[in-house]
Amino acid sequence: MVEFAGYEMPLHYRGGINEEHLAVRSGAGAFDVSHMAELRVKGPEATTFLSFATLNDPARLKVGRGQYSMVPNDQGGLVDDVYVYREGEEEYLVVANAANRHAVASHLRTLAAGRDVTVTDESDEWALIAVQGPSAALLLDRLVEPDLTEVKRNATVDAAISGVPVRLSRTGYTGEDGFEVFVRPEDAEAVWDVVVKEGATPCGLGARDTLRLEAGFPLYGHELTEGTNPLCTDFAWVVKDKPFYGREAMWGRECRRRLVGVRMVDRAIPRQGYRVLDRDRNVVGEVSSGTLSPLTRESIGFAWVDVSYAETGTRLWVEVRGRPVAAVVVNPPFHHR
Amino acid sequence: MRTPDDLRYASTHEWARKDDDGTVVVGITDYAQDQLGDVVFVELPAVGRKVAKGDAVAVIESVKTASDIYAPVSGEVVAVNADLESRPETINESPYEDGWLFSISPSAPEEYDELLDAQAYAATLEEG
Repeated sequence: MVEFAGYEMPLHYRGGINEEHLAVRSGAGAFDVSHMAELRVKGPEATTFLSFATLNDPARLKVGRGQYSMVPNDQGGLVDDVYVYREGEEEYLVVANAANRHAVASHLRTLAAGRDVTVTDESDEWALIAVQGPSAALLLDRLVEPDLTEVKRNATVDAAISGVPVRLSRTGYTGEDGFEVFVRPEDAEAVWDVVVKEGATPCGLGARDTLRLEAGFPLYGHELTEGTNPLCTDFAWVVKDKPFYGREAMWGRECRRRLVGVRMVDRAIPRQGYRVLDRDRNVVGEVSSGTLSPLTRESIGFAWVDVSYAETGTRLWVEVRGRPVAAVVVNPPFHHR
Repeated sequence: MRTPDDLRYASTHEWARKDDDGTVVVGITDYAQDQLGDVVFVELPAVGRKVAKGDAVAVIESVKTASDIYAPVSGEVVAVNADLESRPETINESPYEDGWLFSISPSAPEEYDELLDAQAYAATLEEG
């Protein structure tokens, strides 16, 4: 067990990270991600407000749909990356990282001042269980009334599992199909038990990290920080052409470095903070995350590198315990090739 | 967690076994492999390297983290377990037998006797 943003969480369950990871790639795994923060944004100005406070465009969302988004600061960097669900014409649920719960809540409240919109922290009112993997939808479909195979990606549906009301969202952080199950905390254990009994492998934080890395998803605190300009990453698609907080600062900033995927050519695992070197051992970047892919057995990661080294196929070296180890710039995801 | 009685232990979770010819075989304990999780790489010292007790001489890398392995006694590295290069998971599967790391020809044999016995090592884990 590890302490994470005030929650006691397992790094892994019985089987270990590799076994849990492979269960999600081949079958179904269950993750207790109740630590995630939920903020409700509600009011006549909810859409215009969130359109200003986030980089993606909530006005494009139909009720019952969600989108990946980011919360910019006034420096052209990021307060957090989030998921935004439209729950009504004038109502949204913003799911933020646990460690940023209070930062995002207070930031949104500051921006909401003087507008006809309220920001309510509902994090303690929601537990969240992610069921992920190629057989996740079929597994959950056996437990609920609605036909889950018909639910579109990023869409939500209300249902009951063992008589407990839940909201299912076809989203996730593993690169697999699956759902995230919003449930009241007092009902969470019952839902967890039935999902595991139905065959989902319990998965901890370790597998959550290796799965998201293989899938090429960023993690706030690693790839994305308050200094990160998202326009210098492959996630620039999130930034829609509309007014938003800090827009001028973001567009005014030059990309000196870019976020790239790296694969080690020689044996070693890149870890956060390791320096990236050129042929002459000049420092040209820094690793933001890395692991050994449990699926491909390759060492993979993300790194911020000077723009002249960011092209796919560029040869680089990662300094591992004082020794340069050969690597190459690749285009994530790392597991579908 | 297994802590065999016929081995000696360092508080940094290495085990040591003195063979009949006096060489000291070194590995990591069942507790250590469990804490590290799935081992994915092992960096072993060069045969012939002179090491002092407490030197970081090897690295075991798991999915979670990289950990230094310290020499429990001083001397010269006389053998390494090259099989670990292709099958590092052996350390998880057999920490006290097939997962041994390296062996040392000790220059100060009394250092072996100063290591913890199984009972004392197990006690450090309980205090843990």
